[in-house]
Amino acid sequence: MLKSRVLPVLTVVVAILALWYAAAVILNASFERDQAERAGTEITFSEILPKTMAQERPVLPAPHQVAVELWETTVNKKITSKRSLVYHGWITLSATLLGFVMGTALGILLAVGIVHSRVLDKSLMPWVITSQTIPILAIAPMIIVVLNAVGITGLVPKALISTYLSFFPVAVGMVKGLRSPEAMHLDLMKTYSASRSDVFWKLRWPSSVPFLFTSMKVAIAASLVGAIVGELPTGAVAGLGARLLAGSYYGQTVQIWSALFAAAIMAAVLVTLVGVAGNWFNRRMGVRPEAAR
Amino acid sequence: MLAPDKTMNTVIQAEKLNLTFQTNDGPVHALSNIDLAIEKGEFVSLIGPSGCGKTTLLRVIADLEKPTDGTITVNGMTPEEARLKRAYGYVFQAAALFPWRTIADNVALPLEVMGLDKAERDKRMSENLELVDLAGFEKKFPWQLSGGMQQRASIARALAVQPDMLLMDEPFGALDEIVRDHLNEQLLKLWAATKKTVVFVTHSIPEAVFLSTKIVVMSPRPGRIHDIIDCDLGDERSLDIRETPEFLKIAHRVREGLRAGHAYDD
Amino acid sequence: MNGTTILIAAVVFWLAAWYANTRLSAVKAESRVAATAINLLIPLLFGMALLALWEGITRGFDVPAVLLPPPSMIWERITNSVPTLWADFRQTYLKAVVAGYVLGCGAGFVVAILVDRSPFMKAGIMPVGNLVSALPIIGVAPIMVMWFGFDWPSKAAVVVIMTFFPMLVNTVAGLAAAGHMERDLMRTYASNYWQTLFKLRLPAAMPFIFNALKINSTLALIGAIVAEFFGTPVVGMGFRISAEVGRLNVDMVWAEIFVAALAGSLSYGLIALIERSVTFWHPSNRN
Repeated sequence: MLKSRVLPVLTVVVAILALWYAAAVILNASFERDQAERAGTEITFSEILPKTMAQERPVLPAPHQVAVELWETTVNKKITSKRSLVYHGWITLSATLLGFVMGTALGILLAVGIVHSRVLDKSLMPWVITSQTIPILAIAPMIIVVLNAVGITGLVPKALISTYLSFFPVAVGMVKGLRSPEAMHLDLMKTYSASRSDVFWKLRWPSSVPFLFTSMKVAIAASLVGAIVGELPTGAVAGLGARLLAGSYYGQTVQIWSALFAAAIMAAVLVTLVGVAGNWFNRRMGVRPEAAR
Repeated sequence: MLAPDKTMNTVIQAEKLNLTFQTNDGPVHALSNIDLAIEKGEFVSLIGPSGCGKTTLLRVIADLEKPTDGTITVNGMTPEEARLKRAYGYVFQAAALFPWRTIADNVALPLEVMGLDKAERDKRMSENLELVDLAGFEKKFPWQLSGGMQQRASIARALAVQPDMLLMDEPFGALDEIVRDHLNEQLLKLWAATKKTVVFVTHSIPEAVFLSTKIVVMSPRPGRIHDIIDCDLGDERSLDIRETPEFLKIAHRVREGLRAGHAYDD
Repeated sequence: MNGTTILIAAVVFWLAAWYANTRLSAVKAESRVAATAINLLIPLLFGMALLALWEGITRGFDVPAVLLPPPSMIWERITNSVPTLWADFRQTYLKAVVAGYVLGCGAGFVVAILVDRSPFMKAGIMPVGNLVSALPIIGVAPIMVMWFGFDWPSKAAVVVIMTFFPMLVNTVAGLAAAGHMERDLMRTYASNYWQTLFKLRLPAAMPFIFNALKINSTLALIGAIVAEFFGTPVVGMGFRISAEVGRLNVDMVWAEIFVAALAGSLSYGLIALIERSVTFWHPSNRN
């Protein structure tokens, strides 16, 4: 069982790494050739090979270069240093988490309102669905700058963007989830003369848990993207997004890649944590694995 | 059981056929030492409780499953060769019509796969829809038809291939009694007119006795043949024969066979 | 009309609209046409009431325009800036978004078909694809600028990467959607791999494929606009937003956002319409 799952993934990962190395050599080679020409010397392929994987400003850094940079800027730097990825990562993470929590709470509240009020359902739900087609992230710079202009800086504006981005998937997912109980189960509650509150706590809420976790996975990923993009307009001061921007301004390729990987690792860890929590809750509640989509 | 004699007319011959499935809970002997010979033009029913292997046997004949031991020939060839030569039409438990195709396009589906030209496809399509009483429904979509009509369309689709053999897996199981009776009558008329060989899997004793010239009673764990009953109620049968003494005698024998093979401790 | 009058009018309109919507929500429509009309009217009324309230509050309380401009000001800006808005739209949408979307979705589809023939590859690529879909891919924008330059190709490259994985994952899932019975049916016809693919598995996969196409239309627009935040020549929706934000011309920013919202919802709507006609047979599209 493990072999049939792990082996293919391992093969694909190894293949990707191999392709990456090959691409690094190919893309970085012309720089080496130019250098050799300028110095008036000849350079053979076997000499080019190691050089392409150790350039300071490569077109494509080799995997080990990125890994080394990651190690240098996380483990080998003081956490309080402005060059530490841990420091920047924490800045981004705090905005992500704050926004995620607020967005999820708001999304749940709105979903409860929509499911219980026909007026809210018919007037608001179409807009919630439409808003998913709108590139909301485009608003990010405006929110940052405008709030900064009235003196709200730092964590809160970014968290607000993250809130906005995580709120919609949770709202849509929870509406689906709160409406997911089978007609038979709802009829059963009716035969018990259950109040709306009873039906909510005993039937609708438990049924919606799988949907909640599925949409929280999307929400937390969106929240992270929001936090990163929120760091761009302030001219790159702190956070992973800021590191990305700074790296691109100063042509520090390896810095860009390590910041990108740090963000990717953070996203993967966050989504996995939500997923594991979701699986745990689902198993405890007897949910079939593929129940919520 | 004694191996049956092979005659010139044997279209399906199974000898010591075995099929064991490897499942998570251990091996399952779906078929155990099956010996069976089916002659051309016969209407053979496979009947038995769940797990007796009747559907599995049908699927082996159709080359949808491979046996783990023993031999089986269809039209003198391996089941795979017979399938590639399109020797049979298969009717499933559900109509399995493609919802994005009209009834006409659904019936023409195998003919497209076979590469027939449009004129021939249209001809066979209308002929066979006529045969199952669905003329006029060509442009409808499957969900616009009732369950019985969908199943009739799937039979028309199986017939359009013009095979010598029909393999049917509980085709009327999901329908109500009256529709079922009606379709049984139509199927029998079709068989009498075309003299195709039919292998028919069913759960229903009256259906098996009404339709068949031979009834194979199977029992489970492991799946094996318990009894083979000749059912000579004549070629011209109407639904009334279900109350005659000959019918009831055969039905009784079938029922006894089923009871003997059935275990109630599951 | 002074600010206070507008505010009072807006509040009255809001209350009236809310009341109207409450009554409308309770109506049991007689025909499908009437039902659809009511279901369109209610959110429309709600939207207009919201706009009215926005106008009322910003004008009534003299909210500074750099904080939140009134809708009327935004509309004035839109009508006065059509050439700029059109140039930005052309750069971002017509060039980066369309090229990236077509390439990304096309590549995802082709790779899915290739991967389909090998269960081993499928088992390896699906988990990786699912993981990558969750990552902040927008972060590759500076790298794309390094490789493809400042102009629209680097933004299109970001869009390609963003749309590739959802298309791949959904197409693979869709190709598995055809039922066992239907697949056995094709086997009994001695149908080869390609016949089964085109006659059964691809049609059955359409709901999944269109799901990805819809998600990707939003991702493509977001990707192109945000990629421009990382650096772009002096035209483009993302460029305009970040530039005007820096100058605190917030009404122009809202104008660009309006164009982006329009582009996003119309693209999504167009794909949804095509989806309706292709997947007319799916239970979710029939009643």
